[in-house]
Amino acid sequence: MSTSIQQRNTGTGPHDAPPERRGDGKLPRWAPWACFAAALALAFLLGALTSSNIVLLVIYTVVLGTIAVYVISRVVEGHRRATDRLVTCLVVTAFGIAMVPLVSLAYEVIRRGAERFDGEFFGASLQGVIGEGGGAYHAIMGTLIITLLTTAISVPIGLMTAIYLVEYGSGRLKRSITFFVDVMTGIPSIVAGLFAYALFVIFFGPGIRLGIMGAVALSVLMIPVVVRSAEEVLKLVPNELREASYALGVPKWRTILKVVIPTAIAGLGTGVTLAIARVIGETAPLLVTVGITNGTNLNPFEGRMATLPVYAFYQLTQPGVPPQNAIDRAWTAALILIMLVMGLNVVARVISRVFAPKTSR
Amino acid sequence: MKLSTKTRATTLSVALASTLALAACGASNESETAGGGSDTGSGGGSELSGTLVGAGSSAQQAAMQGWAAGYNSVQPDVTVNYDPVGSGGGREQFLAGGTDFAGSDAALDEEELAQAEERCGPSGVFEMVNYIAPIAVVYNLEGVDELNLSPETVAGIFNQQITNWNDPAIAADNPDATLPDLPITPVNRADDSGTTDNFTEYLAAAAADAWPHEPDGVWPVPGGEAAQGTSGVVSAVGAGNGAIGYADLSQAGDLGVANIGVGEEFVAPSAEAAAAVVENSQTVEGRGEYDFAIELARDTTESGNYPIVLVSYHIGCIEYDEQETADLVKDFMGYVISEEGQQAAADAAGSAPISDGLREQNQSAIDAITAG
Amino acid sequence: MTVTSPPQEPTAPRAVRRPGDRIFSGGAKGAGILILLILAGVTVFLLAESLPALTASAEELPGEGGLVSYVWPLIFGTLLSATIALLVATPLAVGIALFITHYAPRRLAQVLGYVVDLLAAIPSIVYGFWGIAWLAPRLVPFYRWLEENLGFIPLFAGPVSATGRTMLTIGLVLAVMILPIVSAISREVFTQVPTLHTEAALALGATRWEMIRMAVIPYGKSGVIGGAMLGLGRALGETMAVAIILSGSAAGITFALISSANPQTIAANIALQFPESTGLDVNTLIASGLVLFVITLLVNMLARWIVNRRADFSGAN
Repeated sequence: MSTSIQQRNTGTGPHDAPPERRGDGKLPRWAPWACFAAALALAFLLGALTSSNIVLLVIYTVVLGTIAVYVISRVVEGHRRATDRLVTCLVVTAFGIAMVPLVSLAYEVIRRGAERFDGEFFGASLQGVIGEGGGAYHAIMGTLIITLLTTAISVPIGLMTAIYLVEYGSGRLKRSITFFVDVMTGIPSIVAGLFAYALFVIFFGPGIRLGIMGAVALSVLMIPVVVRSAEEVLKLVPNELREASYALGVPKWRTILKVVIPTAIAGLGTGVTLAIARVIGETAPLLVTVGITNGTNLNPFEGRMATLPVYAFYQLTQPGVPPQNAIDRAWTAALILIMLVMGLNVVARVISRVFAPKTSR
Repeated sequence: MKLSTKTRATTLSVALASTLALAACGASNESETAGGGSDTGSGGGSELSGTLVGAGSSAQQAAMQGWAAGYNSVQPDVTVNYDPVGSGGGREQFLAGGTDFAGSDAALDEEELAQAEERCGPSGVFEMVNYIAPIAVVYNLEGVDELNLSPETVAGIFNQQITNWNDPAIAADNPDATLPDLPITPVNRADDSGTTDNFTEYLAAAAADAWPHEPDGVWPVPGGEAAQGTSGVVSAVGAGNGAIGYADLSQAGDLGVANIGVGEEFVAPSAEAAAAVVENSQTVEGRGEYDFAIELARDTTESGNYPIVLVSYHIGCIEYDEQETADLVKDFMGYVISEEGQQAAADAAGSAPISDGLREQNQSAIDAITAG
Repeated sequence: MTVTSPPQEPTAPRAVRRPGDRIFSGGAKGAGILILLILAGVTVFLLAESLPALTASAEELPGEGGLVSYVWPLIFGTLLSATIALLVATPLAVGIALFITHYAPRRLAQVLGYVVDLLAAIPSIVYGFWGIAWLAPRLVPFYRWLEENLGFIPLFAGPVSATGRTMLTIGLVLAVMILPIVSAISREVFTQVPTLHTEAALALGATRWEMIRMAVIPYGKSGVIGGAMLGLGRALGETMAVAIILSGSAAGITFALISSANPQTIAANIALQFPESTGLDVNTLIASGLVLFVITLLVNMLARWIVNRRADFSGAN
C-alpha cells in the first residue's frame, strides 16, 4: 500500500540535488543496486588485499553498500530520504541474516544425513549392531507409537476444552482456563518431562522408564497447542449455522457434533497436525521419561523405548568404536526428524486446502 | 460436500494405517524369539532358551552389545536385554529383584550388601570385574609427539593450577621435549559419567596433594571446557591446539596420548597395562566368598601397570530362585569372561581383555551359581 | 442439515437441554478443569519430588555447599543465555516483521512469513547438531578477533574457546530459535496497525521510515515487548540445543562470553545429569526443574498480561 504512494522530496538537506536530475533529486531505481555492486567490487578488492573469505566478503559488501546508499542518498535526496533508505537496507539485512541459519542448517543436515539414508536405516534396529550398519527402525516405531498415544490423550482433552471455551464457558472459569492454557504453552519441555517422571515415580518407584510416561509428558506440551488452535477455529464458525440448527430443535450437543465440528473440521485437522509437528521433535522430556534402548520395544507400558530424537542425541554424544558410524546415524536421524516435521506441516496445509468447506471464507 | 469430506478423511486414515502396517513388519536384524521354558539340561554346551535381564552402567553398554551379539551365536534362543540406566540405577533395580544381574562401575556398598542378603539369600552375591577400559589422557599439542605426565602434574593441569604448557612441572617430566608457551585448555565431561568418576578417583588417590576434590561422576572443577560424552571430549581436544582431556583409549583416535607416571617410570596406556593393574589390585576383605570387589591400586608403583582405568562389575546372585535363571546367568557370565567374550567386548567397545588370573578367579564364582 | 430429531416444543429461545447435553457440557467443562488440574499437578508433583532435596543437609547433595549454591550458578547461566538471545533476537525480529509487513512485495510477504516460521518448526535437537557442527567452529575466528580488539571488555576476556562452544554461541543459537515467535507476534501487531494511521502519515509526506516510526512502532510497541517476553520464556526453558552445544561447568559465575568456562543452564544440566542419576541427585535435579518452572511461569504470565492488555486496547481502537 505504501509503495504506491509517490512522495515528493521536500529537500531539507544542505546539499539539495540539482533540479535536472529526475526533477527533484530522486535517485533512479537502479541506484541502490549500483551501490551494492560497487561495494561488492570493493569488497573483492579488500578481500584480495587481506584474507579472502566468503563470509567477510558478504559482510563487507553489505556494510559498504549500505554506507554508499546512505551517503549518496543523503547528498542527492536529503537526510529524511537517506534515513529511509538506510532503514530499508537494515530491514532487508535483518531478513537476510535470518535466512543464514535456515539455509545452512538445511544444507548441513541434508549433506550429513544423506550418508546413511538407506533401506537398512529404516529396516534395522541397533540390536547387536557393532560399528557399521544398523538403523533406527526401533526409534522410528517408538516415535510413532508415543506420538500416537500423545495425540490420543491430547486431542480429546484439548478439543473438549476448546468446545467448552467457545460454546459453554463463561465467567471466571473460562477466563482462568484461557489464561492458564496460555501460560501452559510456555512450560519448558524438560519440566513437562520431570512432571511425568515425578507422577509415575509415586506409583512405580524410582528409576522408572516407560513409553506412556513420554506420552504423558508430551501431552502436557501438546494440549495447550490443540486448545488454542481449536478455539480459534471454532470461533470462526458462523453463529447463523448454530442458530439455524437450534431453530430446528436440535439439541446443543448434537449441534456441536453435527454442525459446528464438521464445519470447522479443516481447521481442526490443520491445528492438530501442527500440534503433532510441535511435539514430534521434542527430545528433553523423552530423555528423562522414556530413555533409550537398542532393541525394538513396541509396548509403551513396559520398559524403555527408543525414540528418534533421543536416538539421535545418544548416537551423537555416545558413539561406539569407531565413532563415525554412530555419528552418521545421528545425522540421518536428525534428517528424518526434519522431514517428519516438514511433512506434517505440508499435510497441515493440504488438509486446510482439501477439507476446507466452501462456506468458510 | 459433507459426504465427500468423510470419504476423503477415510481415504487418508486408510493410507495412514497402511503405512503404519507396512512399517510394522519388524526390524530386519532382530530374530523373533520368544522366551519359552528352559531346557532340562544344565551346564555348558547344552541349548538354553529364555530371556536374561540386566541393567546398569552405561559404560558397559557397548561391550554388552558385543556380548549379546556374540552370545546370540552360541545360544540363539537366549535373549539378553541390558538396560543402561546408570550404575546406581542398575544396582537399585537388581536389589529390588527387577533384574537378574546388574552392571555397575562400583561395587555394592555396606548398605546395599545388606539388601543383597534379602535379594539373594544367605549365600550372597557375586561381584566380578568383567570390563576394563583404560582411560587415556589425550592432548593436542603441535610439535609434541611424546608427553610424560606425573600424577601430580595431571592433577595440577586438571585442577587448573598448571595453566601453561611451559610450566616447570611439565618440563621436569619431559626434559627432552620443547614445550611451547601456550595456555592449557583442560577438557572435561559435561555429563555425569563413570569415566569422570574413575578419573577423579585416580587423581584423588595418586595425587592427593594436588587434587583437593572428592571422586565424583560430575566433574568438580569449574572453568574447563566441558564436552558431552567421550566423543565430545575427543573432538573438543582435537579442535584446539593446547587442549588436554581424558577419554576412553579406544576413542582417542589421532590425538596424542600421554604416558602416565607410575613409580619411577612413565607408562603408556594399553590393554595389557590396564589388565595388569586390575590383576595386581587387592580384593576387598570381609565380603562374601565370591565377592571379588577390588580396591583398585590407583597409586600403584608397579612397573608396567596403568592405573587410570575404568572397571565395571557384573553383580548377581550365587543362588537364584529358579533353575532357568541360574542356568542362563551361569552360561552367559561364562561366555562373558571367556577369551571369546572378552574379545567381543574389545571389538565392540575397545575394552581391555581381563587377564587369565582374573578369569580363573571369576570362573570360580560362576561355577558356584546354583538354584535353590 | 442431515440431522433429524423428534420435534420438540420450542419453549426456550436457546437449544433444548437434554441428558445428552448435560453429559456433553459436563465433559467439556471437565476437560477444561482437567487442564487446570494438570497445571496444578505439575506444581504439586514437582514439589513433592523435590522435597527430599529441599530438606536434605548440605553434605548429602551434589556439589559443595547445599542446594542454593548448586542451583544459583545454573539460574545465572539460564538467565545470561536467555538475555543474550533476547538482545540479539528482538531487533532482528522487529526488522523481519517490518520487512514482511511493510517492505516486501505483497505477493511475496506471505511466503516469506512462512519461511521464517519454518525456523520454529525445526526440532531443538537439530539446532544442537547444527550449532555444534556448523556454527560453533565458524565463530572461533570471530571470537579471536573480538578478544584481540575488544578483550579489555570483561565480556570478551580470553582465553578464547578453541571449539566455539561458548555462552555467546548459545545466545546466538537461542536467538535463532526464538526469532520466529518474536517476529510472528510483531508481525501480527504490525499488520493490525489501522490503515488510517499509516495512510494519514504517508499523505502528510512522511517517508516510509517516518511512517513506521510515528504510526507503526508506537502502536505495536507493547505487542513487540510481549512477544519478546514470550521468546524469553522459550529461551529460558530450551534444553537440548544448550545441552549439546554449551561447554558448561558445574559452577562458576562469569560474564566472559567467549571462553571455555561457562555456567550451565538449568534445563541442560537436568538433561545431561538425569539419565545417570539416582537417589537424592534426582530430587535435586527436580528441585532445580521446579525453579525453572517458577521462573518461566512468571515470565510467561507477565508476557501474556502485556499481550492481553494490548489486545484490550486494540479492541477499542
